[in-house]
Amino acid sequence: MSLDVEQIRWIAHLARLELADDEIDGLARDLNAIVSYMDQLQQLNTDGIEPLAHPLDVKNVFREDVPASSLAVDEALASAPDRRGNYFGVPAVLD
Amino acid sequence: MTWSESISYRTVIGLEVHVQLLTRTKLFCGCSTTFGQPPNSATCPVCLGLPGALPVMNRRAFDLAVKAALALNCRVAGFTKWDRKNYFYPDLPKNYQISQYDLPFSEEGWLEIDAGQGPRRIGLIRVHLEEDAGKLLHDENGGGQASRVDLNRAGTPLLEIVSKPEVASPEETRAYLEEIRLLLRELGVSDCEMQEGSLRCDANINLHIPQADGSVAATPIVEVKNLNSVAAVERAMRYETQRQFEQFQKDGKKWGEPGVHKATAGWDENSRTTRIQRRKEEAADYRYFPEPDLVPVTVSAARVDEVRAELGELPAAQRARLPAQYGLSAYDAGVLTRQGRAFVAYFEEAARLCGDAKETANWLANDVLQALNESKQAIRYFPISAAGLADLIGEIKATGLNKQRSREVFAEMLAGCPSAKQAMDKLGIKVIADRDQLADIVRRAIAANPTAVADFKKGKTKAADAIKGAVMRETKGMARTELVQEILLEELHRAGSDADRG
Ligand SMILES: [Zn+2]
Repeated sequence: MSLDVEQIRWIAHLARLELADDEIDGLARDLNAIVSYMDQLQQLNTDGIEPLAHPLDVKNVFREDVPASSLAVDEALASAPDRRGNYFGVPAVLD
Repeated sequence: MTWSESISYRTVIGLEVHVQLLTRTKLFCGCSTTFGQPPNSATCPVCLGLPGALPVMNRRAFDLAVKAALALNCRVAGFTKWDRKNYFYPDLPKNYQISQYDLPFSEEGWLEIDAGQGPRRIGLIRVHLEEDAGKLLHDENGGGQASRVDLNRAGTPLLEIVSKPEVASPEETRAYLEEIRLLLRELGVSDCEMQEGSLRCDANINLHIPQADGSVAATPIVEVKNLNSVAAVERAMRYETQRQFEQFQKDGKKWGEPGVHKATAGWDENSRTTRIQRRKEEAADYRYFPEPDLVPVTVSAARVDEVRAELGELPAAQRARLPAQYGLSAYDAGVLTRQGRAFVAYFEEAARLCGDAKETANWLANDVLQALNESKQAIRYFPISAAGLADLIGEIKATGLNKQRSREVFAEMLAGCPSAKQAMDKLGIKVIADRDQLADIVRRAIAANPTAVADFKKGKTKAADAIKGAVMRETKGMARTELVQEILLEELHRAGSDADRG
């Protein structure tokens, strides 16, 4: 499979990336290289091999349900581009 | 009967319910989940989605989820993993939600409900574990230029329960939600408070309408959101049923036709209507992929058996057992079961002690329930013990005390009097059960009510009640009711035959 310009635009939109027209060709080339590599991998015979859900061979890692300290409100909001009182300000969202 | 009820069609409803698990901390971090904390005071790098922070699964959240899934008759998977659901929204700090996609921890269950027409099973597609988003507050003032976000709720553990489209009416929708609430509260899985958002429901609804040519037309599916109470869900389903039927008569649009899409509607509780929201032009594309920061979880068959063994008797089983064991009606069994296990246990103890299950159920379903509702108490704090109620029921049967005075004794016990006898002494109730004494009072009442006697002779048996009332007044309600009834009928018949002979 290969990706066309419309698909590149769509993927960029989903990732909220703004692309200039002259960036698209280069990205299409790069992404197509990745996708064709994946196509190549698909040709491997994987009969009898369990799907891998995680690269680490580790399972069942839990923490106990015990409260730990949270950040102070000022710390939590320290990087907010638009702090409004003790809230994060965001552009108006209307449902 | 409304117009839409005059034509038979099938209502098809699928419910997506989110319940918040009763944990002390969030799903992947140690921030507190306590409701009502000051805004943004329960956050940390993990739930804020700060770079480099790593989530670690809350063991209790997973255990509660497994418990709920088994109570919902689901198959619990031996192997489960988490996935990232990617989308952008201001209440979602990481720009993805950690959820479960292709390997949820449980699938294929059912919930038994009873909407008044006997038990029925609603199939469940899946139950999975995911994290909540934050809370978005829309600024009413400030010209609508900005919204505010509180991330205390972000990362709270949620169980998503997805039903098959098998819920068949607004009443069943209500029964389904009430059953989930009862089940999960009893198991300590969730407190299921819709007002606090610990139980949320989205409903997909459409109608299947038979056509003249024998085909069945399906109306366009609408997903209704913003449902904040069980009553609101039921009302929304009723409204939407009517609306879709009328809309179909107007435009005949069918699900599956080109240009017909699923619509999203918000329920407006004030106007009690649904409002179709602007349809997003693009299809949802969440680009799920396995969450690399969490390792998979395995559940052994032994663990499943262990959790299943700890569930105890669930509401559906209780509703079936109570009629079989105690001869209660399905209705009474439903009323008792709905109040939870502690209430049923109270019933069983009182019934065992007094030996009259039916009467015990009557007291519980009426007077006890009313008292609990008035005091907003749970049965375990009820001032009258099961033994106390059994004592009252036994005393009433032994003395034949009438209902009104029985209630006074009940009220006295409610106020702290430890036994029925003491309560009766305190109220000065001394039941008159002496046959001669009562016969005397009855004869005087008959003599004083010639009209009632005449009516009775004309076949108006109800007329006897007037005389009985006079006897009860005379005895201040302390005459043994059945005995009065028996003597009264004897005396009336005798008066009748005396008159015939005379
Ligand atoms: Zn946190």
